[in-house]
Amino acid sequence: MVNAKINGIPVQVAEGTTILDAAEKVNVRIPKLCYNDDLPAWAACGICIVKVERNPKMLRACCTPLEEGMSVITHDPEIVQVRKTVIELILSTHPDDCLQCPRNQSCELQTLASEFGVREQPFEKRLRDLPIDTSTKSLILNPDKCIRCGRCVTVCQQMQNVWAIEFLGRGESTRIAPAADVSLADGPCIKCGQCSAHCPVGAIYELDQTKEVWDALMKGGEEAKTCVVQIAPAVRVALGEEFGLKPGTVLTKKIYSALRRLGFDTVFDTNFSADLTILEEGTEFVKRFTDFASGNNKELMPLITSCCPAWVDYMEKYYADMIPNFSTAKSPMQMMGSMIKTYWAEKAKVDPKKIFSVAIMPCTAKKWESGRNKDMFSSGERDVDVVLTTRELARMIKQAGIDLVNLPEEEADSPMGPYTGAGTIFGATGGVMEAALRSAYYLVTKEDLKDVNFTGVRGLSGIKEARIHIKGIEVRVAVAHQMGNIASVLEEVRKAKADGKDVPWHFIEVMACRGGCIGGGGQPYGATDAVRQQRMAGIYSDDEKSTYRCSHHNPFIGTVYKEFLEQPGSHKAHQLLHTHYRKLELYNK
Amino acid sequence: MAYKHFILVCGGTGCVSSRADEIYHELIANAEAMGVKNDVQVVKTGCFGFCEKGPIVKVLPSESFYVEVKPSDAKEIISEQIVKGREVTRLLYKDVRQKDRIKLEDIQFYQKQYRIVLRNCGIINPENIDEYIARDGYAAIEKVLTSMKPEDVVAELKASGLRGRGGAGFPTWRKWDFSKSTVADQKYVVCNADEGDPGAYMDRSTVEGDPHSVIEAMAICGYTVGATKGFIYIRAEYPLAIERLKIGLRQAREYGLLGDNILGTDFCFDIEIRLGAGAFVCGEETALLQSIEGNRGMPVPRPPFPAIKGLWGKPTVINNVETWANIPVIITKGAAWFSKIGTETSKGTKVFALTGKINNSGLVEVPMGTTLREIIYDIGGGIRDGKKFKGAQTGGPSGGIITEEFLDLPIDYESLTSLGSMMGSGGLIVMDEDDCVVDVSRFYMEFCVDESCGKCSPCRIGTNQMHSLLVKFTKGQGKLEDLEKLEKIGLAMKKAALCGLGQTAPNPTLSTVKRFRAEYLEHIVDHTCRAGKCKSLLLFSVDKVNCIGCGLCARKCPVNCISGDKTLKFTIDASKCIKCGECFKACKFSAVLKK
Repeated sequence: MVNAKINGIPVQVAEGTTILDAAEKVNVRIPKLCYNDDLPAWAACGICIVKVERNPKMLRACCTPLEEGMSVITHDPEIVQVRKTVIELILSTHPDDCLQCPRNQSCELQTLASEFGVREQPFEKRLRDLPIDTSTKSLILNPDKCIRCGRCVTVCQQMQNVWAIEFLGRGESTRIAPAADVSLADGPCIKCGQCSAHCPVGAIYELDQTKEVWDALMKGGEEAKTCVVQIAPAVRVALGEEFGLKPGTVLTKKIYSALRRLGFDTVFDTNFSADLTILEEGTEFVKRFTDFASGNNKELMPLITSCCPAWVDYMEKYYADMIPNFSTAKSPMQMMGSMIKTYWAEKAKVDPKKIFSVAIMPCTAKKWESGRNKDMFSSGERDVDVVLTTRELARMIKQAGIDLVNLPEEEADSPMGPYTGAGTIFGATGGVMEAALRSAYYLVTKEDLKDVNFTGVRGLSGIKEARIHIKGIEVRVAVAHQMGNIASVLEEVRKAKADGKDVPWHFIEVMACRGGCIGGGGQPYGATDAVRQQRMAGIYSDDEKSTYRCSHHNPFIGTVYKEFLEQPGSHKAHQLLHTHYRKLELYNK
Repeated sequence: MAYKHFILVCGGTGCVSSRADEIYHELIANAEAMGVKNDVQVVKTGCFGFCEKGPIVKVLPSESFYVEVKPSDAKEIISEQIVKGREVTRLLYKDVRQKDRIKLEDIQFYQKQYRIVLRNCGIINPENIDEYIARDGYAAIEKVLTSMKPEDVVAELKASGLRGRGGAGFPTWRKWDFSKSTVADQKYVVCNADEGDPGAYMDRSTVEGDPHSVIEAMAICGYTVGATKGFIYIRAEYPLAIERLKIGLRQAREYGLLGDNILGTDFCFDIEIRLGAGAFVCGEETALLQSIEGNRGMPVPRPPFPAIKGLWGKPTVINNVETWANIPVIITKGAAWFSKIGTETSKGTKVFALTGKINNSGLVEVPMGTTLREIIYDIGGGIRDGKKFKGAQTGGPSGGIITEEFLDLPIDYESLTSLGSMMGSGGLIVMDEDDCVVDVSRFYMEFCVDESCGKCSPCRIGTNQMHSLLVKFTKGQGKLEDLEKLEKIGLAMKKAALCGLGQTAPNPTLSTVKRFRAEYLEHIVDHTCRAGKCKSLLLFSVDKVNCIGCGLCARKCPVNCISGDKTLKFTIDASKCIKCGECFKACKFSAVLKK
């Protein structure tokens, strides 16, 4: 432990604790801009500077460890003046269009300027006129707004190991750009959107498609569409943050009513199609594992989950040799999209061409996924017309004047609304695995587990492992989240395969974002591990409260198979609920 | 075979650009042609330091010191001196004040110098390891490997008082000791040869003239801290230095002074060269290490310091060329000897690249504590053309300007810092009355604008904003409040920039605003530049009294804005004048006025 003083207040912290963190312990808030809790300090902005007794320099609180006996001053007139000058300098290179900016009122620079009482622009305005990158249809990169804090680069390279964005140029010409200065869509970007979730200003943000949805909702007469919407598991535990609620507040039924008030005709829940995914993917796993156990098709082990579109993109670019190991099951969103325009359209006697299908997702990559390949048009139409992120939904609710917090609760529509606890935990890392194991056990043994909780695969550690025994056979599973953690898992698989050894795991779940979808790139800003924990707690409480906790117990799942899909893995299921993969180059020529 | 004469030809970059290579070959060819090739050995050495008068050729044993030699002089040097034994007096150096052609020992340029770092420069052939060995080279590594424990080396360095010559003057022994006491499976030793200050070439000359002094020192450090691998990071713009390093490394390996089991001991050490692409910031140690690792050359925060966590996260000792070159001598001659040289806090010598408005520009090495007056007037021979001294810039773009009143202050790390400047790597640029401090500040800030890596906002934006204000001043568009803005940004950069480059970039401006405030005010309020440097503020006119109407000015004017005749005299149309100054230079009757 280290004993020191901050503004004269004694503080005791573990060795290695930064001055920034130590100050928070004694209720001193040091302003910061480039620093983010998820990332190693990049130390670029110069806002968090503090004085340390007997040191003529000012030190950066974000990356300076508190040392024994240190006496730190965090606020005095000189420090405040220097900070304010730095903010004014940054503002001198930043456009003044706050009112039109997608980050208006959620911008960290704007907040700082307000806190410091910046009332004038003492320095020459030095703006650049750089082109905006709209190539991905998921994310917009506006380098003019960039304050070069480096967060997105660190996120993309260190946290996600994607290397799609990079600093280019030097000095004042330094800019954030897609690697190799191609367009984002032509490079390695997997659209996970973590850059946008970490950007403190409006330099990288989701493609806003709320207007398309408003248009569809408002159309009448000949052009009128039946608007059908689905919401993803992770949305319900995070949306409340946009309305002043604590992270992890479960708002499922209020969201259903809000969606109806927005004008949606039918409200389904992606949790239902998550249950459907489990049936398809669980069956796929059982088939592969049984083959494997009897010595057949050994190369198809392990099975790797495919519900995360950013992960699909990453795999196709970086690990295409693993394509045979990928589950062919579509993501829950795409399964729902396909079912809406086939099964439900038929049932509700609506022309699929007249259906406008919207998905509310915690994710920016889902926008890309909805047009990924021809399998996403399995109904003959585009299965999911528009994907909105949690952030976009929040804006629509606010625009419509809906008091979300106090809204009466409603139920989703039948038959693709009711879900089990297994469907809801898809939203957290380890959830797909846990849900799959709950049903796989049943599919093999025709018996239900006594305890359905697999706590070993829950939580925020980057790679989690578990073993279960099904009929005396050991099944080894691994769960990885946050793209940067996956390489070590897959390298181990590659090595075992190359050496002709038994694969280390039989089933691997991968989610691109830290914490899984609850930490998705389209979720409300400000996710830290503490926030992720709260959102996860919300997810698991929803699971525990559920009447049914295993996907195969969802009575409506039984109905759709009986009425439409026949059985898991049927020809029809394959046509509508499964997809194909192909190797992608990192850079398009 | 014993030679009767040795002819040393400077092989430093400066002299080579003035055809020293041709002189070298001409001397050999003439010696052969005149049948005296067995009497004389022609040697290409490192820099003599007296670059003002290059190319330099020195003949031994007569100690004849020839300056500004041309290839065509080679024939005469051989025929007169080698064949007939007569000095070529017309080539001997002529001192500005003594007015005589004199020999080396009488040259004031060398009299106050004390050469430790440059001990072999201009004496040995840097491409021949034997010549280095003949002058006690590699005796230090032998001493260290055979009779000293690592802690003895650190103790010796500590006693010597050697401080880093690259900038801030951090005690060298402490870096070594940090690295030595950090446990790691791999450690590194790095030589910073990424010299980038405008006008500075101390490190280049040292490497060109005595590459083995650096190689030997790095090996000593490797032994001391327990490192087996070294890197020399040198800018690609120094091809001759790189070539000599490559030769040096090859020869050292051939002699078993690098590689496995050095001098038959268990100690293994080798060095690789890494080329920098000319980014000034890569001279900052953390950015340099990033660059070696293959990353973008951008500084990272310290702590952790490189000595504890450096290259690839391993303990790394990084010193600059001049620091390294001191080490072998400290080991062979002892800390007691070394620590007698210099001041209380700054031991040893310092090499300066003396340039600007000075008679003897060149490379000079003086004991710490020498005054600026001694360097400028005794060694440098005073200000060129008898002009008035205005100031001297030390520390390059990171330093400040030192004015007349401080000329007698003994120079060391502390005294320079107290004046708002710094030792830096050793650039020393002398300015006279024709230099404008505002323009000089603008020049240095422009350098920082170009060289800012762009990582931290105070430097990336601050340099540009300060530069923009300084440009306004030089154009007479500044306002009084802009001075406050300059100081405000300057303070923010000093305090909040990430690395030394950004923290010190405001120094030239802030130090001149402080010491030459009146001159800034003249630019802002009166729109005048007393040095006549800021063109926008100049007005050229013709003094009708002095003008004889010859019309030379009108003929020289490139934009034809001067008109008149013999009777009416001449007039300059200020609206068309581009202020090139050709008329001013041309007029023999001081009739063209510049204000």
